[in-house]
Amino acid sequence: MSIESREMLINMGPQHPSTHGVLRIILKLNGEKIAASEPDVGYLHRGFEKLAENMLYHQFIPYTDRLDYIASMNNNQSYVIAVEKLLGIEAPPRAQAIRVIMSELGRISSHLVWLATHALDIGAMTVFLYCFRERETIIDLFEETSGNRLNYNYSRIGGVAFDLPEGFKDNLRKFLDIFPEKLGEYHRLLTKNRIWMSRTKGVGILTREQAINWGVSGPVLRGSGVKWDIRKAFPYDGYENYDFDIPTDDACDVYGRYLVRMEEMRQSRRILQQALKHLPDGKVILEDSPYVSPSKEKIMTENFSLMKHMVLTIKGMHTPIATLYSATENPKGELGFYIVADGSGKPYKLKIRAPSFINISAMPTMLRGNYLADVIAVIGSLDFVFGESDR
Amino acid sequence: MLFKDLRKGLAVTIGYLFRRPVTVQYPTEKLIPPERSRWRHYLGVFPEGKIRCIDCGLCERVCPPKVIKIIPEIREDGTKASGEYEIDLGRCMYCGFCVEVCPELAILMSSDNYEFSEYNRDRLIYQKEALLQSGSLSGGNDE
Ligand code: SF4
Ligand code: SF4
Repeated sequence: MSIESREMLINMGPQHPSTHGVLRIILKLNGEKIAASEPDVGYLHRGFEKLAENMLYHQFIPYTDRLDYIASMNNNQSYVIAVEKLLGIEAPPRAQAIRVIMSELGRISSHLVWLATHALDIGAMTVFLYCFRERETIIDLFEETSGNRLNYNYSRIGGVAFDLPEGFKDNLRKFLDIFPEKLGEYHRLLTKNRIWMSRTKGVGILTREQAINWGVSGPVLRGSGVKWDIRKAFPYDGYENYDFDIPTDDACDVYGRYLVRMEEMRQSRRILQQALKHLPDGKVILEDSPYVSPSKEKIMTENFSLMKHMVLTIKGMHTPIATLYSATENPKGELGFYIVADGSGKPYKLKIRAPSFINISAMPTMLRGNYLADVIAVIGSLDFVFGESDR
Repeated sequence: MLFKDLRKGLAVTIGYLFRRPVTVQYPTEKLIPPERSRWRHYLGVFPEGKIRCIDCGLCERVCPPKVIKIIPEIREDGTKASGEYEIDLGRCMYCGFCVEVCPELAILMSSDNYEFSEYNRDRLIYQKEALLQSGSLSGGNDE
């Protein structure tokens, strides 16, 4: 008697707890092996690109918070840099340094959430709890700076909304002091753990060529051995003044991406230390620019400032007629904004290049030939967020 | 072999067994939010009790999800006075732009009044009377 085997189609998600939101994958299985797979995205589509066409440039800043909601600070920064480039202005040095601090903290916090959920999906619950404890410290820092816990709305066109609060530097320094010890703990729990290694090594291979051809970015690209980081290649907000390395790994598998992200957290800490040491003084927003509203005191006392403020709030600014693409290195990869400006206060078209969306597209390549149980590990190593992918 | 791995992991976790828990037991214990926190809105008044708002409409214009509704009251001599003022907190995204643009410090956000959840969305639409009370923990419009 012979046992006949047929290919089977199964649906994974969209409500599976390890799909980080609402991912549906249609898997074609041959026994327990994956013959083909097709990710199905779009369950969280909210039409941000269309919304942007109907609002003034500054009104869109809080919406960028809702793209990659794990690292809202980075999205804010990315968007305002795109608009600043369009207008041809540059934030003052202090604002740039603050934005670097915020985006590096955002990177650590995003990677902590990734590590927590990735480890939890594979079965290491302890790591989850520890990571969220450290992330809480970062969120407290964000909360006292911007006033919100997740959707910060902190960057502004031409700077940042408020200066750092009192005691922020000390709190940050305290966090930076304890962080290496905590990072060591995660390493002790996972890096040489036999179960962890057998679940992640050799799984979800994406070779260097494939990674480049699929256009993946961020730690997924660096995990395939490509040394590419926008902070180094096209520095923004003064990243050229900081000394840091780009970690890469040639393993091209889930474990390689794990090591890259772990090292990135250490590098972010290095940047933060330098930024703290050389934090310049001065203004945090370009007050004299024709595109930026004056300060509250001026609005309440000077007639001219009030008029300028009114015009900027109601009609928006006169932008140059131009098209522009600007990208920054987000924790998930290259977040880019393509703006078509027609000279009015609203963008004619705003396209968002979401790193999660493009990283997901490489998933079928990574999954082919792996086992069903490895899908979870691969999803974890891609670290996507659906707010961004589906926008 | 396996025991060696296990011991290494357990060494970390056992160390934590004897430390103080970091969890805050929410309704009985409460954290104090920082000064800049953006929670429930309220309308500012002058010391003598007059409402600061001049119905300029800037907050209505800047609000990205358009949840503020203002209907000014036109006096007999043609001047404007503060009329109806409504915020749908159920759709508000707590961006704080309304506070930022107001030229009169007339709309503010409280830093500690965060317990205003309701069972019904309609009750999250706050009218002027409710917005004038800053400290109370619930202030939705009763049906
Ligand atoms: S906080 Fe933002 S969303 Fe809420 S009412 Fe004010 S402007 Fe509108
Ligand atoms: S609250 Fe402030 S911004 Fe809004 S209408 Fe009144 S005065 Fe104008």
